[in-house]
Amino acid sequence: MSRNLVGFASASQNKPGKRVLPGFALSLGISLLFIGLILLLPLTGLIMQTSGMSLAEYWAVITDERVVSSYKVTLWAAAIASLFNGVVGLLLAWVLVRYEFWGKPLVDALMDLPFALPTAVAGITLAALFSEGGWYGQFLTALGIKVAFTPLGIVVAMSFTSLPFVVRTVQPVLEDLAPEDEEAAVSMGAGDWTVFRRILFPALWPALMSGVALSFTRSLGEFGAVIFIAGNMPYVSEITSLMIFVRLQEYDYAAASAIASVVLMASLVLLLAINLWQARYLRRLHGR
Amino acid sequence: MSRTQSTLRIGDQPWVKWSLIGLALTLTLLLLVIPLVLIFAQAFSAGPGSLWSNLTDTYTLAAIGLTLFVAALTVPLNLVFGVFLAWLVTRFEFPGRKVLITLIDIPFAVSPVVAGLLYLLLYGSNGWLGGWLADKDIQLMFAWPGIVMVTVFVTCPFVARELIPLMQQQGRDEEEAAVVLGASGWQLFRKVTLPNIQWALLYGVVLTNARAVGEFGAVSVVSGNIRGETNTLPLHVELLYQDYNVAGAFTSASLLACIALLTLLVKSFIEWRQARQRMPVSDQSDSI
Amino acid sequence: MSISLEGVNKHFGQFQALKDISLDIPDGQLTGLLGPSGSGKTTLLRIIAGLESAEHGRILFHGKDVTRLHVRERRVGFVFQHYALFRHMTVAQNIAFGLEVLPRAQRPPAAEIRRQVADLLEMVQLGHLSSRYPAQLSGGQKQRIALARALAMKPEILLLDEPFGALDAKVRKDLRRWLRALHDELHFTSVFVTHDQEEALELSDRVVVMSAGKIEQVGGPQALYAEPESRFVFDFLGHVNVLGGSLEQQRLSQGDAWVQMPEGVDCAGEMQLYLRPHEVRLQNCPALHAHLPLRIESISLIGAEVRLELTPCGWDAQEPWEVGISHVEFNRWQPQRGDRCYAVPDVGHLFGIEQTRPRTLNWVED
Repeated sequence: MSRNLVGFASASQNKPGKRVLPGFALSLGISLLFIGLILLLPLTGLIMQTSGMSLAEYWAVITDERVVSSYKVTLWAAAIASLFNGVVGLLLAWVLVRYEFWGKPLVDALMDLPFALPTAVAGITLAALFSEGGWYGQFLTALGIKVAFTPLGIVVAMSFTSLPFVVRTVQPVLEDLAPEDEEAAVSMGAGDWTVFRRILFPALWPALMSGVALSFTRSLGEFGAVIFIAGNMPYVSEITSLMIFVRLQEYDYAAASAIASVVLMASLVLLLAINLWQARYLRRLHGR
Repeated sequence: MSRTQSTLRIGDQPWVKWSLIGLALTLTLLLLVIPLVLIFAQAFSAGPGSLWSNLTDTYTLAAIGLTLFVAALTVPLNLVFGVFLAWLVTRFEFPGRKVLITLIDIPFAVSPVVAGLLYLLLYGSNGWLGGWLADKDIQLMFAWPGIVMVTVFVTCPFVARELIPLMQQQGRDEEEAAVVLGASGWQLFRKVTLPNIQWALLYGVVLTNARAVGEFGAVSVVSGNIRGETNTLPLHVELLYQDYNVAGAFTSASLLACIALLTLLVKSFIEWRQARQRMPVSDQSDSI
Repeated sequence: MSISLEGVNKHFGQFQALKDISLDIPDGQLTGLLGPSGSGKTTLLRIIAGLESAEHGRILFHGKDVTRLHVRERRVGFVFQHYALFRHMTVAQNIAFGLEVLPRAQRPPAAEIRRQVADLLEMVQLGHLSSRYPAQLSGGQKQRIALARALAMKPEILLLDEPFGALDAKVRKDLRRWLRALHDELHFTSVFVTHDQEEALELSDRVVVMSAGKIEQVGGPQALYAEPESRFVFDFLGHVNVLGGSLEQQRLSQGDAWVQMPEGVDCAGEMQLYLRPHEVRLQNCPALHAHLPLRIESISLIGAEVRLELTPCGWDAQEPWEVGISHVEFNRWQPQRGDRCYAVPDVGHLFGIEQTRPRTLNWVED
């Protein structure tokens, strides 16, 4: 006790919140500055731009027939792609957790490829694979299925870029499942399928749901991978992100902003919903 | 995963097991492996000579240079931000903490095209800030600063997202112990925190880098696509592809694919290290 | 170095963890903070260390106000509940940490640090483990290393948070004995937190019993056990047998049970009689001053005495009664499960329903 501080501190009202670990003010300052400048400030541009429009103009732009069909295509394709990923992702996660086989570490590592691969590269690759003379396209054409330059192509691109979401959310939950529940059910004479349906699936489905929801959100915003394979025909295979892009190239900033505000609000609502959902099911899992 | 195999687990009958593994491997092959192979096959399709000339093309070299430059600015910026934000939200309790954690996810949910548009609306010559900057003869959009700005936006969650769960799980105990023992803020971070988070930090950096190098949608909105000046590698891929120079497009794409593979390699290495660390230590000479 | 707390308060949000705590911890003693979880004992320890800040009140070390002194400058030794060893450093590096982060002017030369680390390792008898990592140590070893690391600073105050909480029973006993010996040898002022009454009573010079953010009682282990000042301390320190009933004309009765009060007890109304297991004898027939019929439910032979668990016959008790008898008496009496017997109190403690302090009764004439 080298320093005598008697008389320095009054007996009442010590300054509250003197923090033990250092760096609160610094990290708060940097984080707020960064979030303010990088994440929040740019929103003002969109607000300014759209607030310059009258409600009728705004409504006309966002309900334009071509734009509405782009919503439909985007939503449908994203829904189908995320459901496909739900099934495939569950299968892949199951196989990676439950079984041992040669080459498993390699397969596990490859799962993240769609996240690591730039979307433009994924786009031209899928376009080349599914074009009529492509490695996959030639077989599919023979079967009468056309993927490239159709809405089906959009589904393929969206599935590819968001595949890891389901695998990576289901995998850890599957690993943590207690074998006892399963053993108890089996020892009571339940068949494999019954055990999966009644015991495992209920434990897995919150994680599966968030994986599918994340995959859906990502698919709604996907751009790079889609535009190369979609063909981008108005009313048929034009996604909403591309609509924004098209309006921008026409220098119609107001229309681009109006459509973007719809997309932005949809994705923020989705983000919030997913966060609330995950918080709820985490509470259920950990009892807090 | 390395749980002792119990005979009562479901799905372990050989026919179920091997058909599921077979299905998973087929899907992995079709969805991930063949697309990857195609990229390199296409790049080499016109022979090694043209591969080399495609690579050393002036515009390609310029695109590589710009891409590396953008990544070199983006990664350190987001590294610093990610560390401070993770420190803030895992080491202190304060009102608004959960809001910050949610805000940081925004770039994941927002479509890249919308992200690019937000910056264009604010800093473009029509934007309220952009107009003011234009008076000062500062142009951010359709130039490299704009590309850096949107890339920072799109990649800012990665480092924080890797660090927050880890630091949450590790808790404050070790840092508190260091403070009690007299460590200053910097000593604390360098000697205690950093060694504990270094691998997650590295992975966050690798992910940030992969995305920064490969970002397409946001960059294409603000770049202006001036060959040799504001063309990043993914944009260059698109330009070549639209010029029907498929081999050239895939040559650049294969460079990006190599970065993606490197990312996966680093991730696997880090996970392998962690798995090895987590292995229980044998109770050799535990007697005192 | 003595420690004084004056009017310390602490809230976590709406929850008041500490309510106006004042406490003096004398120099050189080993003091135990005892209480159930949520009683505020760990918060109090962390406030002494400076890991939490008090909202009101003062903390004094040896008469000097340290309330606003940062934890870094308080120079206390602190042993964390889960040890908080630096996982990426070896045992030797962990112990050396406090010395190596000293400002350059005060830092001992490297050779000196090595020597001190070796001495500390010798003291905790783990010299052979200096190059191990924490993950390679057993719980008891980690605990000793955490202690050595705290002692490297030569603190005059040593604070320990649940020091034996995560250890198994055997190791816990060894370490307890060892810590007591170390304390007696080095004479620092130690404060430790525990929820284990046996540990608190065995190890401490003084015990501070806490509940719901307040201090219930402070005293030596014997005084606490023999003269608890509140129901809480009574309930929390060891088992207690309770007879609740109405007291009329010097007789406390409920159903078939009654106890005649000794001379001089003149109160009346609803009362509770608290009896420690060793304050009760068992007989085959009721005594003159007590009629407490019981049936033997279980017999536990392990330990220094035989413990009998009993249920009331013809009256009610919230928890079963427990009485200890010596092995010699057990062999003479040879009771069986299901046998009926009568309890005879020698000493007891009488609580009125509203009263917080008991009145001690004594039936044995001496």
